Amino acid sequence: MAVVETEHAPEATRQAPLLSGPLGMLAINIVAVVIGVILWGLVTSYGVVGLPTPMAVVTQAVIQAESGLLWSDALASLARVFTGFALGIIVAIPVGFLMGWYRIARAIIEPYVQFFRTIPPLAIIPLAIVTMGIDEMPKIFVIFLASFLSSVVATYQGVISVDRTLLNAARVLGANDFTIFRRVIVPASLPYIMVGVRIGLGASWSTVVAAELIAAQSGLGFRMQQAQLYYDLPTIFVSLISIGILGLIMDRIVMAIDSVLTAWQEKL
Amino acid sequence: MTPKISFRNVRKTFEIAGNAAFTALEGLNLDIEDGEFITVVGPSGCGKSTAMNIAAGLTAPSSGQVLVDDVSVTGPGPERGVIFQQYALFPWLTVRENVEFGLTISGKSKAERRRIADHFIDLVGLTDFANSLPKTLSGGMKQRCAIARAYAVNPKILLMDEPFGALDALTRVQLQDQLLAMWSKERRTVMFITHDVDEAVYLASRVVVMAARPGRLHKVVDVDLPYPRTEEMRLSSEFSELRNEVWRAVYHPAAAA
Ligand SMILES: Nc1ncnc2c1ncn2[C@@H]1O[C@H](COP(=O)(O)OP(=O)(O)OP(=O)(O)O)[C@@H](O)[C@H]1O
Ligand SMILES: [Mg+2]
Repeated sequence: MAVVETEHAPEATRQAPLLSGPLGMLAINIVAVVIGVILWGLVTSYGVVGLPTPMAVVTQAVIQAESGLLWSDALASLARVFTGFALGIIVAIPVGFLMGWYRIARAIIEPYVQFFRTIPPLAIIPLAIVTMGIDEMPKIFVIFLASFLSSVVATYQGVISVDRTLLNAARVLGANDFTIFRRVIVPASLPYIMVGVRIGLGASWSTVVAAELIAAQSGLGFRMQQAQLYYDLPTIFVSLISIGILGLIMDRIVMAIDSVLTAWQEKL
Repeated sequence: MTPKISFRNVRKTFEIAGNAAFTALEGLNLDIEDGEFITVVGPSGCGKSTAMNIAAGLTAPSSGQVLVDDVSVTGPGPERGVIFQQYALFPWLTVRENVEFGLTISGKSKAERRRIADHFIDLVGLTDFANSLPKTLSGGMKQRCAIARAYAVNPKILLMDEPFGALDALTRVQLQDQLLAMWSKERRTVMFITHDVDEAVYLASRVVVMAARPGRLHKVVDVDLPYPRTEEMRLSSEFSELRNEVWRAVYHPAAAA
């Protein structure tokens, strides 16, 4: 496929090496991963390091998948992330707009945001457990905080970075404040908001896993913590890899949404 | 006859570092007649944009006022179209949506908006790009889109701040002729800021020369060349005399005074 394309490509692109096209890059990605897994298999099956072999991890994954444990764990973690993350975004966007639009709101809210941003969300867990009990609330609250803090700053940055000439252009065409907000501020700050959403989702995901390690009765983090008690390395690997894959998928989904929403941007 | 736009003793000072004030514009007095095409030239920083922004209602004067149809300007209004140097197109809207922006605000129906927008998009020669996003347009095309957007709301006054400043010489000449053709048909009042002395003389019936530090009106040069202006006129001796006069006023204000 790639070969056929380069055959017919114009002079300039024909010079490009075969493997630097998007398909070539993907092929290299896959080869790199396969080599990595083979290396992992080699060092573990010859006992160079005391880790489980890829086969042992796959077997454990199949057992967990068949018993439904893997799915229920993943679902428990995802449910927490989405609840906390969605709440965080829903609150962060209006608050960010408020901070960007009204100087008074900025002056009131900014010290809190800046202060809480310096505290790792996980450090809030002891406080959250003491005040909210041990069920879902404290975990969701901490995730909420993680996604809120990263998105609120991004949204606020977006609003204050809106090009002044665009605001003036709207005003001279007769736009009032509400129209300017809806038709200029919101779309112009969307790229910033999406950056915040992406960072927020990443922060939520790492927070949920860590929170489950500390205090939970379900979820991928909880499963790992249990496995640790029994020296069950294959299960730890299954959880770790699941966390990585799910995190990657979520990030790619946000990126795809972002590239649709901000297709109008002039990118370098 | 009352002038269309009247600058009455317009002064503008800016606060700068600490409490010092910088005088960007000092006592500007200028009347622009209905249907007149005036250009404003002057060294960088002499307050051209400041004067235009005050007329547009985007900046408040420190003292004095600008009257439009004898009414004091207090804010922007759709009867004053503004074309910015940086195009200022909304990058998330297509060419047509950009042109329709002001029409939506004035509450025109969808069909009406479409009709008016397509008319002006055609006028500036962008019909084939009506559904394109600004990022896919060249500088000249962006500027034409900005012109169509300003025209669409049917302003009686056009305020243009170095609209062709960033364009290559050929595109620039084409847009100048296009602008003059549209102006001859509709006779809107135009205040056109430029750095380019040639452009100033070619377009205007009067060239307003400003001087810097403090920004003020220095000299008004009447351009007694008939419209329509043609390429041959640019080569005529009258044209070069006028150009020299404006040039001297801009670059050697003391000698020409
Ligand atoms: N917001 C502002 N704050 C402080 N000073 C300003 C501000 N806007 C303009 N000035 C000053 O006022 C003076 C006039 O500015 P203005 O933009 O009107 O100049 P101009 O004639 O349009 O120049 P140019 O040809 O370079 O565009 C400049 O010296 C500028 O530094
Ligand atoms: Mg200027």
